[in-house]
Amino acid sequence: MVVKQISVFIENTEGSLKKAINAISNEKINIRALSIADGAEFGILRLIVTDNEKTKKILKNNGFILRENEVIVIGIPDEPNGLNTLLDILEGEKINLEYVYAFANNKTDEAVVVIKVEDYKKAKKLLKSHNANLFDENDIANL
Amino acid sequence: MIWNEEMECMDPEKRKELQLERLKKVVKLAYDKVPFYHRKFDEIGLKVEDIQSLEDIQKIPFTTKDDLRAAYPFEMVAVPPEEIEEIHASSGTTGTATVTCYTKEDIDIWAEISARAIGMAEGEKRDKIQNCYGYGLFTGGFGIDHGARKFGAAVIPMSSGNTKRQLEIMRDFKPAILTCTPSYAMYLGEALEEEGYGPGDIHLKTGIFGAEMWTEEMRKRIENKLGIKALNIYGLTEIIGPGVSNECLERNGMHIQEDHFYPEIINPNTLEVLEDGQDGELVLTCLTKTGMPILRFRTRDITSLVHGKCKCGRTTVRMTRITGRTDDMMKIRGVMVFPSQIERGLLKVSKASPNYQIHVTRPDTLDEVEIKVEITPEMFSDEMKALDEIRYKIAKSISKEIALRVNVTLVEPGSLPRSEGKAVRVIDERNFK
Repeated sequence: MVVKQISVFIENTEGSLKKAINAISNEKINIRALSIADGAEFGILRLIVTDNEKTKKILKNNGFILRENEVIVIGIPDEPNGLNTLLDILEGEKINLEYVYAFANNKTDEAVVVIKVEDYKKAKKLLKSHNANLFDENDIANL
Repeated sequence: MIWNEEMECMDPEKRKELQLERLKKVVKLAYDKVPFYHRKFDEIGLKVEDIQSLEDIQKIPFTTKDDLRAAYPFEMVAVPPEEIEEIHASSGTTGTATVTCYTKEDIDIWAEISARAIGMAEGEKRDKIQNCYGYGLFTGGFGIDHGARKFGAAVIPMSSGNTKRQLEIMRDFKPAILTCTPSYAMYLGEALEEEGYGPGDIHLKTGIFGAEMWTEEMRKRIENKLGIKALNIYGLTEIIGPGVSNECLERNGMHIQEDHFYPEIINPNTLEVLEDGQDGELVLTCLTKTGMPILRFRTRDITSLVHGKCKCGRTTVRMTRITGRTDDMMKIRGVMVFPSQIERGLLKVSKASPNYQIHVTRPDTLDEVEIKVEITPEMFSDEMKALDEIRYKIAKSISKEIALRVNVTLVEPGSLPRSEGKAVRVIDERNFK
């Protein structure tokens, strides 16, 4: 049940983001989800893709600095309060969120949420005990 | 090994005699053959015969970088064109290039001092030297090349760039000595690691690094990354090129090749000659070069001299690591700042990459310092918070060194410009007009 996200250092200069995205899409790798954290001079591009190894290789060859780390990807009903229920569960156990981003799943009515927490193991265990719909790599590939 | 025991371990008194004899000769050559020196001597009524002791050298006017620029390209040459064998020039990044012309004998002197440096780096005739200094007008590549040939070691003339190939050759050809700029050595070490190799996969024992300023912290890093002893080499195009001085394995100051170059340290403001151990501007006189004799050249490099016999057995005077240049000393908010201080602060934060650039601006009335640091894989995180923390740590560490608040920006690797393999460290955008 592990999903790995790739984060890329992006300088806030013209064409920098485009260069990274182009490099990936030229290799026919599908970007399933994407978010950008932006600071004043640089940003962090976070990606969920179908082929991590290939993506890492291409980005490295293009001179990008990157990091791969585990995130929790979870399907929630696409309805009011869907996200809130999830947040309540985590808050109840005082699990801090580092960041959250979401995207819609085309094939089902679910919304998909990517979360990064301080205590990954604890969060995972907790969500499982609440029968949350946790995604693994195969689920990502089939989105 | 000591390449030239007679000259490198000579009794200091005897060496002074040799220096005086050579000084008298070169002063006469300069006065007779170079109009610039003829004029300079005549202007102050100085005669060649007035130089009777080594101390008398202080009567001779200084030669500055501007003098050499004004002499562009060949005004300082003391011999007919048919005797010139090789020509080099500085990059000209800070103004008109300065040109140096070498006779066959000059090239041999250059080869000799460079061979001595290879000797200091534990060189053996069976060794291969991976020379990644740029080959071209820049003196780095050819200086080491001439020395390796004289020494009898095999030179691999890589020149700079193409890191992947450099690492391949380093693993396959098994060179024992690496020669390049310290920043490139660091880069090679990092790239080696990135490819999944380490010091155990290469056969380097020493490195001879120079052509830019570096610090003890950086030395430690290079030594760890490559598993070598990293030695500091010093030289400049105006004098001859690399090898004017070089560190022995003691790594405790660079031995100046005193039979060829006479060093003095002056106070850059009052121009008085300073004692041993005092920091000041290095002034060099070429005692033996004939193609372009240079007297009392103000190098702008800040160092100090240490006399006395070294543990290695050499008796030549040592100069300490260059800590700054009189012309790259920045005055920021009235405080004297050298790039080397900033580098020290940067490297104290263990995760920081040594590739950096200093931008000084004056948006309103106050100076602002921004340090751009190329991000490394170790520094990077998927969380903005962690990146901000690193920036803060670097900024704090640098502020401690220079007593000024600075702003740190992280930039993409390889995005900071380099010229001829030398990192461009300072961009001063203040407008003082």
